[in-house]
Amino acid sequence: MAPLTMIEAIRDALVHEMERDERVMVLGLDVGRLGGVFRATHGLLERFGPERVVDMPLAEGAIIGSSLGLALSGLVPVPEIQFLGFTHQAFHQIGPQLARYRFRSRGRHHCQVTIRAPFGGGVRTPEFHPDAIEAQFVQTPGIKVVCPATPADARGLLLSAIRDPDPVLFIEPQRLYRRGREEVPEGDATVPFGRLRIARPGSDLTLIAWSAAVELCLRAAERLEEDGISAAVLDLRTLVPLDVAGLVAEVARTGRAVVVHEAPLSAGFGAEIAATLQEECFYSLDAPVARVAAWDSPYPTGPLEAWYLPTLERVVEAARRTAAR
Amino acid sequence: MTGYRILDPDGNLLDGARPRLGPEGAVEGLRWMLLSRAFDARATAMHRQGRFGTYSPVRGQEASVVGSSMALDPTVDWIAPSYRELPALVRHGMPLERVFAGYLGRGKAARIPDEVRLLPNQVALATQLQHAVGLAWGLALQRKPGVVMAYCGEGASSEGDFHEACNLAGVKRAPVVFVLINNQWAISTPRSVQSAGELYRRAEGYGFPGVQVDGNDLLAVYEVATEAVERARAGEGPTLIECLTHRQSFHNTTDNPRLYLPEGWLEQAEREDPIRRLEAYLAAQGVWDDGVRAAVEAEIAEQIEGALETALAMPAARPEDLFDDVYADPPERLRRQREELLGRAGD
Repeated sequence: MAPLTMIEAIRDALVHEMERDERVMVLGLDVGRLGGVFRATHGLLERFGPERVVDMPLAEGAIIGSSLGLALSGLVPVPEIQFLGFTHQAFHQIGPQLARYRFRSRGRHHCQVTIRAPFGGGVRTPEFHPDAIEAQFVQTPGIKVVCPATPADARGLLLSAIRDPDPVLFIEPQRLYRRGREEVPEGDATVPFGRLRIARPGSDLTLIAWSAAVELCLRAAERLEEDGISAAVLDLRTLVPLDVAGLVAEVARTGRAVVVHEAPLSAGFGAEIAATLQEECFYSLDAPVARVAAWDSPYPTGPLEAWYLPTLERVVEAARRTAAR
Repeated sequence: MTGYRILDPDGNLLDGARPRLGPEGAVEGLRWMLLSRAFDARATAMHRQGRFGTYSPVRGQEASVVGSSMALDPTVDWIAPSYRELPALVRHGMPLERVFAGYLGRGKAARIPDEVRLLPNQVALATQLQHAVGLAWGLALQRKPGVVMAYCGEGASSEGDFHEACNLAGVKRAPVVFVLINNQWAISTPRSVQSAGELYRRAEGYGFPGVQVDGNDLLAVYEVATEAVERARAGEGPTLIECLTHRQSFHNTTDNPRLYLPEGWLEQAEREDPIRRLEAYLAAQGVWDDGVRAAVEAEIAEQIEGALETALAMPAARPEDLFDDVYADPPERLRRQREELLGRAGD
């Protein structure tokens, strides 16, 4: 297949799954006639009809709550929430309901539902559109949290998500939707959950990220190379399940780690990474685990965004300090 | 304001009323109502003894719960309950011993059997209405038979999920029947605080019929529920049924209604008791008397004690129950946590 952007890879995964399994359906705001605000579902309505590609009333709770019921009826819904920040209006239906329905029903029911939601900053979206609230869903056991950073991973991880018998929150970095193209494996080439990707090898320290922050770390690694620092970049790919063994093995090799994320610092998933590393490989660490994150303030609108998000400079400085300790 | 009625509070048929539920069906309904009341008493006693979890009695609402659920065919239809619908669940096929097992904290022994079309109890109010609409819509999309009956109270009708679910049900013409049991109280909060408008009339705004029925009249509830189920089955979409009734007991076994019920409220509610009313009607029909009642009550007592005995013999909850139904394929981290706890549990 010709090289694809991430949005094309996501669309290709949806088409592939809808052709493979007639139970798969997509529903959400503007996913039909418009093809989604980012065109992720462009052409699906014409191809699969209005019973499988459904424009919904504007109610995030109903999109998720009815997806749970659709799954109980035997279908495989792939709801789109227009932006991850809007999941707050469906938060109860996602965490306490969808995620724990298997548990509450003592294993009688399961919910094969994949929620797709774009998020992330750097594209000057309005308020609530970029909020990186992924860690909130890590605190609701029963749902998996998947966050691709490349077109190939987006397709392969989305196939795995749709086929997973349990609910998956699949978050897509809007800044990378059309940033570049790459060769994407075709057919049933799934990418398994819980296996991190070494986005760039390195020997002096390890930058750890997911989603759009991986791209930032790759740029930081190039800059660090100019200083003679060899930085590895790890892409976690999935926060739940977390590849603890892979993380520990890679960080133990360099002894130094910096976690980078777009969410606010406090109780962000970076805190979980830092805690895990000190529990699992404290005696392999040569320096404290550093974190570069957004500030503990609300996501701003307009030009303030440039000061809010982790920048190349902040990542490079944190890496230099960590390498020097 | 009483809503649609067939029987007056003394059990007399209203002029010209021709009940759809015959005497035999009404006796069956009365039996479920008596079972419910006996279960309430047993469960409350068990809670007082510290042997049972928190329990919310159905007392006062039996005609609403039983009359509506009797309109369903358990072989194709589903129930999405809240938490105060015990006789409906049992009539639909949930074994009584498993209900006991749930309140006894017996873990997996309380699981709803695979062939019973029943969703788990829901205490996050009105959330189950969204699931019910999705389930009903999904059945219709797959051309599968089946209607979903979803229960909530008047307190839950103030939740956003109530609106979202009704709205989507109307848009999709989903085969769902919303049974809103208005028992006048959300713990201590009276009906007047919940909404300034009539609850059943909200249906008009969603584009489907809403009916208000005397929820203490089994015959009336059965009739409006049957019509709603028939409409849903015929592809004509949802119905909202508001059952006007009373919570004659407490919110749950931790509540003390004496702190907030107005003087005389409970006495008034008891005068409109649904069991008393139905018994009077059936006695006038010549199919019910003290002898029949005593026999039925003895049978129910035996059924309840037998189910409780069976439940008490069921295996206790195990620490692995914490982990086994979280994911089909648990993350490595969760597996390690399971091993950690089980290692400890063996100490």
